[in-house]
Amino acid sequence: MKESAIKEIKGSAIYVEGNDIDTDRIIPARFMKCVTFDGLGDYLFYDVRYDSNRNNKEHPLNDHRYADASILISDNNFGCGSSREHAPQSIQKAGYNAVIAGSFAEIFFGNSTNLGIVCASVDDAGRKKIVEEIESDPSLLMTIDVENCLVKVGSIQVPFTIKKGARESLLSGRYDTLNELLEGDSDVEEVVANLEYIS
Amino acid sequence: MGKTLFEKVWEAHSVRELSNGQTQLLIGTHLIHEVTSPQAFGMLREKGLAVRYPNRTFATVDHIVPTNESAEPYSDGLAQAMIEELRKNCAENNITFFDTNTGKQGIVHIVGPEQGITQPGTTIACGDSHTSTHGAFGAIAFGIGTSQVRDVLATQTIALNQLKVRRINVNGQLAPGVYAKDVILHIIRVLGTNGGTGFAYEYGGEVFDRFSMEERMTVCNMSIEGGARVGYVNPDDTTFDYLRDRKYCPNGDEFESAITRWRAFASDSDCHYDDLVEIDANEIQPTVTWGINPSQGVGVNENIPTVESGGTQSERASIEEALEHMSFEGGSPVKGKKIDVAFLGSCTNGRLSDLQEVAQFLKGKKVAEGVKAIVVPGSQVVASIAKAQGLDEIYTEAGFEWRGAGCSMCLAMNPDKLIGDQLCASSSNRNFKGRQGSPTGRTMLMSPLMVAAAAITGEISDAREVFNF
Ligand code: SF4
Repeated sequence: MKESAIKEIKGSAIYVEGNDIDTDRIIPARFMKCVTFDGLGDYLFYDVRYDSNRNNKEHPLNDHRYADASILISDNNFGCGSSREHAPQSIQKAGYNAVIAGSFAEIFFGNSTNLGIVCASVDDAGRKKIVEEIESDPSLLMTIDVENCLVKVGSIQVPFTIKKGARESLLSGRYDTLNELLEGDSDVEEVVANLEYIS
Repeated sequence: MGKTLFEKVWEAHSVRELSNGQTQLLIGTHLIHEVTSPQAFGMLREKGLAVRYPNRTFATVDHIVPTNESAEPYSDGLAQAMIEELRKNCAENNITFFDTNTGKQGIVHIVGPEQGITQPGTTIACGDSHTSTHGAFGAIAFGIGTSQVRDVLATQTIALNQLKVRRINVNGQLAPGVYAKDVILHIIRVLGTNGGTGFAYEYGGEVFDRFSMEERMTVCNMSIEGGARVGYVNPDDTTFDYLRDRKYCPNGDEFESAITRWRAFASDSDCHYDDLVEIDANEIQPTVTWGINPSQGVGVNENIPTVESGGTQSERASIEEALEHMSFEGGSPVKGKKIDVAFLGSCTNGRLSDLQEVAQFLKGKKVAEGVKAIVVPGSQVVASIAKAQGLDEIYTEAGFEWRGAGCSMCLAMNPDKLIGDQLCASSSNRNFKGRQGSPTGRTMLMSPLMVAAAAITGEISDAREVFNF
């Protein structure tokens, strides 16, 4: 298996404000006309970043101070809407390894974890502190410590929560489920044999 | 103590526990379409893996097919490439594909039930969040991401956390002009867009007992809009009557023994629910969304909320953002908002009964000047039955464009799109910013008859008044 354990994520961060940021906002459907995920990074937040002539609109992703960011911060119910993996794929391909939000939509969370994107939930007060830090100095490096469930930036430390199973998969490097699923094949055959609609 | 349907189906399909505590769950039926499967086949190829149970995967093409042209190559080269990729992947792997020339093509969540592939007591997965639709039959049906599509192709299983079950009872009587769509918009309005996180929704009560399968599907379809990944209704005689004689169902004596098996999956009367919600059917109004997520809805005779009415800072911010996008004034009536486009279709409301219900009121009426109205059957089967019943003529005479089967204007992956800040009365399921193809486009969700009423009057109207209930 090529992926390795993810114990911490280090990088600078960017804040994209808003609750209920849905998958259509993350990547508009018209950019899903593709047969591979390559190149999806260019379309991240496309419609809120650019106007119809592809001129920059005011958006944190167009702010050069955050150009190197590899951690995305947002608010509650991030990633709601469709099950399209194009959303976390575009986030990853645009260079982000982690998302900090108040909460995550379930399918988005699962898809992201499967790709090794760390989805850390931080409460409103905690996020406020973090955002204040990075806005006062966008180049500040942040550490997401998966082992201890802590976000560290500047002089502050804020706890985060993450589903236990997801945390364990990241720490063990087994977040991509396929290999382990393949190992269960003989058990699969047994279950299939008991299901009349399949066998 | 008894068990819920969810628990029974889960147990019957559990393979084993994985090292991270998740369950390896067998997916009995896998549905695929052109948007979320090509990358999965690519991953399989990269790893040198074969499709494990090709006869348990069924494919159709829906999102990118144009509904106003049928000859290939399509004018959109990307769309052509996607349909060809799916053809190739299905042929190479011996997967049944309901292609455009089979007479069975359509939106995946309409095709599955129509062909009898969707059955009670089964697990179903598809790379599409509205897979919850199939729960109407008492199946546990999940929307999954592309990596999981790969997992199902390679292993016929996925890794999942077990869900809690919330029973939602809707008792009482729906007033005339109030439909299944209003029931689910009302439920989402009450429970919120993420109220269902971690839950499967089990819908029941008098209203669901009386509902047809198509109405049950409309509700289950939008479970995901309430944050619930799974929504289902316990199987009963209505379910079995629908399935009898469908192509992929057992037939003859085998069908009778299947019924016995299916019935046993229904939740036991003494089962435990993690949560229980009671909804009074008499309180449900024809509901219209005014904002940018499906929980932002009001009864057609209510006013749009003001920013100040939000209980928390974040609610106020959400209302403000929605009002700004929609160019609506807080406190103004939702009725009377001028529309530009009326869209009747989608996996929520593009079924035969939707088209029939509207058609019976449409005779002798005309779409308002300046309104573009389109009606898009959810599948080729729906289209051909509707045509045989003369529905296409009723629609075209009223001024609707009658289209071919597909997702059409539900999302912007085919030529049907909003332009600029057009306002669309839509029978689909999502009103997110940009959903219908224009970043500034505006969507108001409602029942099919309410869409027709808006088309005829040119503005959001109470269908009960327009059609003299
Ligand atoms: S009709 Fe809309 S919601 Fe349904 S599958 Fe097609 S795009 Fe998705």
